[in-house]
Amino acid sequence: MLSLRIVRRIARGLPRSLGDPLFKGLSAVVAIGVVALLGIITLVLAFAAEPSIRRFGPSFLAGGVWNPVPPEVFGAAPFVYGTLVTSALALLIGVPISLGIAIFLSELAPAWLRIPLTYIVELLAAVPSVVYGLWGIFVLDPTMRSVIEPAVQATLGFLPIFQGTPIGSDKFAAGVILAVMVVPTISAVSREALLAVLANQREAALSLGATRWETTRLAVLRYARAGIFGAIILGLGRAVGETMAVTMMIGNRNAISVSLFDQGQTIASWIANNFTEAGPLELSALIELGLVLMLMSLLINVFARLMVRRVLRRGEGAA
Amino acid sequence: MLIAVGAIVVVAVVLLYGAFAGWFGGGPITLVGAGATFPFPLISKWSSVYVNRTGVRVNYQAIGSGGGIAQITARTVDFAGSDAPLSPTERAAAPGLLHVPETIGAVTAAYNLPGISTGLNLTGPVLVEIFRGNVTMWSDPSIANLNSAVPLPAQAISVVHRSDGSGTTFVWTNYLHRANAGGWGTSLVGKSISWPVGSGQLGNSGVAAYIIQHPGAIGYVELAYTVQNSMTVAKVRNPAGSFILPSLNSTAAAAEGAAPSLPAPDADWSQVSILDAPGPDSYPISSFTYLLVYKELTVIGSSMTQTKAKALVDFLWWAVHDGQNYSADLVYVPLAQAVVDIDAFALQSIRYNGQPLR
Repeated sequence: MLSLRIVRRIARGLPRSLGDPLFKGLSAVVAIGVVALLGIITLVLAFAAEPSIRRFGPSFLAGGVWNPVPPEVFGAAPFVYGTLVTSALALLIGVPISLGIAIFLSELAPAWLRIPLTYIVELLAAVPSVVYGLWGIFVLDPTMRSVIEPAVQATLGFLPIFQGTPIGSDKFAAGVILAVMVVPTISAVSREALLAVLANQREAALSLGATRWETTRLAVLRYARAGIFGAIILGLGRAVGETMAVTMMIGNRNAISVSLFDQGQTIASWIANNFTEAGPLELSALIELGLVLMLMSLLINVFARLMVRRVLRRGEGAA
Repeated sequence: MLIAVGAIVVVAVVLLYGAFAGWFGGGPITLVGAGATFPFPLISKWSSVYVNRTGVRVNYQAIGSGGGIAQITARTVDFAGSDAPLSPTERAAAPGLLHVPETIGAVTAAYNLPGISTGLNLTGPVLVEIFRGNVTMWSDPSIANLNSAVPLPAQAISVVHRSDGSGTTFVWTNYLHRANAGGWGTSLVGKSISWPVGSGQLGNSGVAAYIIQHPGAIGYVELAYTVQNSMTVAKVRNPAGSFILPSLNSTAAAAEGAAPSLPAPDADWSQVSILDAPGPDSYPISSFTYLLVYKELTVIGSSMTQTKAKALVDFLWWAVHDGQNYSADLVYVPLAQAVVDIDAFALQSIRYNGQPLR
C-alpha cells in the first residue's frame, strides 16, 4: 500500500516529458537484458564445457559410448538420437489429437461444454512432469507392456521399428508420455489461433454452401496455420527439454537402435541422471551436452520459422 | 490495485516467514555437511534429535558423494559424506581428511519371479553372467543347479540397473568384479558405467519400482528399499560357502568380520572393502559409508572457531555411539563395536590448532 503510494508520488513528481523516455529506457533495458542473459548463459556453458570440447572435439557428437571409468570416453550420439526420436514420436501422436481438441473446442463444441473443457485442457498443461512420470510408471508402463505394444506388434510387427520384446519402458512409451504432455500446450495455443479467425470468414464460407468441415478446413484452419505452427513448436520445445517423465519411462539405455521397443536415452534425461556424481571431465562433458541441447532447440526453432514463412507465402499466392 | 496489494502482502509474508524461521530456528552453532544421498535419512534423524539435545544444528545437504568430496576439498563445508572411500587422487587433493565409517549399506539382488518367493540361491559368478547378458533365462542350468528344489520358469531375465551415478552401483560393480575379474573387467567398475545389457532407472526407488512392475526382472537395490517394499531378494553365497539372505544382522556380521583389517584413520582407505567379508554368517555385498572430516580443523578457515570445532567432534562422537541406536528403525546397519572403537580413535585424533578436542 505504502510503497505503491510512494511510487505514484514519485511518478507524479516527474515532469511529463520525462515519463515516456523513462518508460522506453526501462523496457529497452529489460528487453536487452534477456538477450544478454542468453549470451551469458551460452558463454558460461561454453567455458565450462571447454575441457570436454578440447579433449573430444567433433567426435563428441558422433561418439556412441559414455564411460566415466578411466580412460574416460564421452559421446553424445545416443542422446541426440533418443531426443530426436522421442520428440518426433510425441508430435506424430500428439499433433493430430491436439488439433482435434482445438477444432472441437473452437468450432464444434456446444457452448455449455466449451468453457469447462477449455479450463480442463489448460489445467493439464500445469501438471508437474514428475506426476506424469509417476502415472507413466504405474499406469502407462503396464498398459504399454501388456496391451498396446503386443497389439501394435501383432499388426505392424513386420516393421523394423516395432521389433523386439515389448517391456513397457522404452522409446515408444517415452514418446507416448511426451505426447500426453504436449497435447495440452498445443491444443490450448491452437485453439487461440482458431478463435482469432474472424467470424465473418466462417459465415462467408457457410453462405456459399460449404459444409461444417469444409468451412473449418478452408476458412478457418488455413488462416490459423501460422498460429498452429507456433503451437506445435511450443509443444516440441517442451518435448525436447522434458527431463523427469522421460527418465522414468525411457529405460535409460545409451544405445542407438531402430526399434521403438528398445530402451533409449535423451539429452535432458541423461544430464539430470548424472550431474550429481560426475567427476570433473564428465561434468564438463555433461555441460557440453547442455550446449548441444541448446543448439538443437535453436536449430529447430529457426527451421520451423523458415517453414512457417514459406507456408504462409504459398498460402497468400493461392488465395 | 487489489492484485498489487495482494502481491505485496504475499511477498512480505514469505520474506517475514524466512526471517522468523531463521531467527527462531537458528541455534548458536550450525554444522554444515554435504555429500552422499544414501545416509541422508539417518543423518537427518540424527540432526533433529541432536538439535533438541544440545541446540547444535546439523545441516546436511544430500548432493551426492562426488559433490560432497568436491565441497570438503574446497573447504566450503565442515564435513562430507561419501559412499566410496577417497581415491588416491582425491586424497592427494585434500590432505589430512579422515575416514569415519558412520553406517553400513548392503546391496541386495532383488528379483520378480511370480510364484517364487525370497531366497533364490545365487552366486557372484552367476550374477556376473546375468549382468553380462550371457545368462538370459531364469531356467538356465547355472541358476537351476543352485536351486534344485525350486521349479524355475522359462522366463526371460530382464536386467535393470541405476541410470544415475551412485554409490550403490559402485558397491555392486566392485562385487561383480571381485566375483569374476575376467568376466567383469575394471572398465565396468564405478559409480556409473557403460552397462552391457539392461535398462536403467533413476534412484533406488526407480529400480525397485521397475522390478516390482516387471515379471522376470532382476536388479540391485539398497537393503532399506527392499525391506520397505517387501521385495523378493536372493540369497548370495559368501566365501564360507553359505547362502546368506541380506539383513541387518548378516550385514553387521560382515562389518564385524572386516574390522581387524581396517587402516589407520588418516591412511589410504581406497582399497578398503567389506565385500566377501570373512565369517560364516556374513552377507557378501555390503560397504561402509563414510563421514569425511579434516584431522586439523583450522584448515577450514575462519568460519571454524574452536567452539564450532568442539561441537563438530562432539556431534560425530555422538553419531557413531548413541546415534547408532536410531539406525535399525530406519533400516540402516548399526556399526559393530569393533568399528565404533576405530571411529572413536579417529575422532580423538582430530585437532584444532594442534589441541585435541576430545
